[in-house]
Amino acid sequence: MTLPLRNVLLFGLVFLLIIGVGFLQGWNVALGIVNMGLISAIMALGVNMQWGYAGLFNIGVMGFVALGGLAAVLIGMPPVTEAWAAGGARVLAALAIGAATIAAAVYVWQHMARGWLRTGLLLALLIGGFFIYRAVFDPAVAAIEAVNPAGTGFLGGLGLPVLMAWPVGMALAAGAAWLIGKTALGLRSDYLAIATLGIAEIIIAVLKNEDWLSRGVKNVIGIPRPVPYEVDLQGNPDFVARMQSLGADPAAGSAIVVKLAYAALFLIVLAALIWLAEKALNSPWGRMMRAIRDNEIAAEAMGKDVTKRHLQIFVLGSAVCGLAGAMMTTLDGQLTPGAYQPLRFTFLVWVMVIVGGSGNNFGAVLGGFLIWFLWVEVEPLGRLLMDVVTAGMADGSWLKAHLLESAAHMRLFTMGLLMVLVLRFSPRGLIPER
Amino acid sequence: MDILNAIVALSNFVVIPALAYGAQLALGALGVTLIYGILRFSNFAHGDTMAFGAMATILLTWWLQSLGVSFGALPTALLALPFGIAVTALFVLGTDKVVYQFYREKKVKPVVLVIVSMGVMFMMNGIVRFIIGPDDQNFADGARFIITARDFKEMTGLDEGLAFKTTQGITIVTAIIVVALMFWFLNRTRTGKSMRAYSDNEDLALLSGINPERVVMITWIIVAALATIAGVLYGLDKSFKPFTYFQLLLPIFASAIVGGLGSPIGAIVGGFVIAFSEVTITYAWKKVLVYMLPEPLEPSSLVQLLSTDYKFAVSFVILIIVLLFRPTGIFAGRSG
Repeated sequence: MTLPLRNVLLFGLVFLLIIGVGFLQGWNVALGIVNMGLISAIMALGVNMQWGYAGLFNIGVMGFVALGGLAAVLIGMPPVTEAWAAGGARVLAALAIGAATIAAAVYVWQHMARGWLRTGLLLALLIGGFFIYRAVFDPAVAAIEAVNPAGTGFLGGLGLPVLMAWPVGMALAAGAAWLIGKTALGLRSDYLAIATLGIAEIIIAVLKNEDWLSRGVKNVIGIPRPVPYEVDLQGNPDFVARMQSLGADPAAGSAIVVKLAYAALFLIVLAALIWLAEKALNSPWGRMMRAIRDNEIAAEAMGKDVTKRHLQIFVLGSAVCGLAGAMMTTLDGQLTPGAYQPLRFTFLVWVMVIVGGSGNNFGAVLGGFLIWFLWVEVEPLGRLLMDVVTAGMADGSWLKAHLLESAAHMRLFTMGLLMVLVLRFSPRGLIPER
Repeated sequence: MDILNAIVALSNFVVIPALAYGAQLALGALGVTLIYGILRFSNFAHGDTMAFGAMATILLTWWLQSLGVSFGALPTALLALPFGIAVTALFVLGTDKVVYQFYREKKVKPVVLVIVSMGVMFMMNGIVRFIIGPDDQNFADGARFIITARDFKEMTGLDEGLAFKTTQGITIVTAIIVVALMFWFLNRTRTGKSMRAYSDNEDLALLSGINPERVVMITWIIVAALATIAGVLYGLDKSFKPFTYFQLLLPIFASAIVGGLGSPIGAIVGGFVIAFSEVTITYAWKKVLVYMLPEPLEPSSLVQLLSTDYKFAVSFVILIIVLLFRPTGIFAGRSG
């Protein structure tokens, strides 16, 4: 069997699986899987750029995804004018003071001769700057968070169309990636991994604690949508008439139409990204990247600037993850910082890339869809399995109750098993690199 | 008098908690560093190995408790600990046979093993949640305190109380015993020496007749013991929750790297460096400063540099600083 045919069959299989869900569990569920599958595919593309093209070990995907989500809030939500009046300018000033302190410290570090004078000045700058920053920052934050804490209590966003958050999410993630890359990319792969793991946790901690920015664990809900609301569709006589002429229930139909609209938007983004990624991978630039990945020393000997190229691909891949994060928050219509967990948003994406096939864009996309499908469907399947296993047991026995209750945790085990099996028997993934 | 009060407050809120936490991190980091030294990869499943070991011990503890067995003032979990270690050792040896051995024989690049360990991490996490559930479990019993704050105040007549929890005492004592045993084993016994030889130079060790599979097996057993002890001590001191153990991965790796990956002494020093920085930077210093400073200088705010939720940021920043200025860690570990 030729490779392309095999790939088409694999994609066909996943498509059939999702169609199957449509018939068994309803089209709403199936479209839900498609939408998150599209977003997962984009995340997997981002990680594939870093790992598959360049061999960079980034396990901080969650942080970049969360930054994309923050962008959706900062762009899409209407501004809270009272909060801005209460402390907006002061918070900005405090942040400027913080940035200036760090910039001054870096300047001193680079432009003064080594010695006690430099160390002393640096310490004085950093400690003094920190206290000035806190003195401006703390009261401003208190003022902002005091404005209607149950309803808003944060600065809000710019009130622009939420679609604009997608490029902004990319930019935020890219900026963070540039900062991390500048400091950590020279390090060995394991160290880079731990550094990215740490930065992701810090980004989540900021989102959870800086209520003035993201409402923290109080969550931001009701982010405006790029597509119509179900209620508006149901109130639209035209839409209702069309649904009835199709013989569909307007309420169920409206949910499906909204999901289809999202799917169309996501599909455009994914198609554009795949096109770009394929172009890049098959260009001299892509060949250079793979050359660097396979033998850094040889590439360096050929005059390639390995560190710069690594930084470039790290920023690009993280930006794609940020885009996916902004899209996901747009789809959910809410930002819930407490929901970001590394297993779900970092390591699951890695499973997608490894299972799909690292180094191959279509592999990553396939992995995104397949793994997301399994992530959603393993739970009901596990419950089914447990029902069968426990069928013979007496009702009310503790083992039966425990097994039924624990079925939900089978998905983690399944993901790990799948990953280990693929690494053992097909280490290049389902669609290997060409 | 004020100085004494300040010292007591400092010990109560900073020194003792950081000592206990540092001991737990050091035991975890020792496991990570041993695997790195002998098997030559960063084991991302270590946090979940700790969770598994703690879980095995907790189940045995509950069984002992249901039989009415107790360990007097000490927690029953200590009685169950050896069995927990045995179960965990069997479990990781099984994992090694089924998963890692294949890659070792193929001599794959270390990063492949790291990714494999990510798969193992998922599976272990799933198994632990499947068996004991994702919720908090409490299994500490015995006396709660060695000294309570009130007794201490009555004893000394100071305004500040010093509470010393049994679990903190046990953690520190156990860590000292375990670390002493570890170093005795590594430096004095034949097996320990062969492990160090294997870690230093694999080819030379093979040439001198050291059986690599035996070294690997003993490493896994020691790692299982360290992980279980660390997991149980952490669970006794705070509480057992599978997700928390997964999150410990970051400070543990930070400890191992700060100390120098592959260096056992480094892992211990790294653990305490990370623990003390985390606790001191997230502690509200107001109380201590009020005792120490003359009245006009007394602070009005809490003098907390960072809120406790940013403790990850602390381990991370220390990690970055050490890596930037001394890329092999404090005790020059392996860098290649």
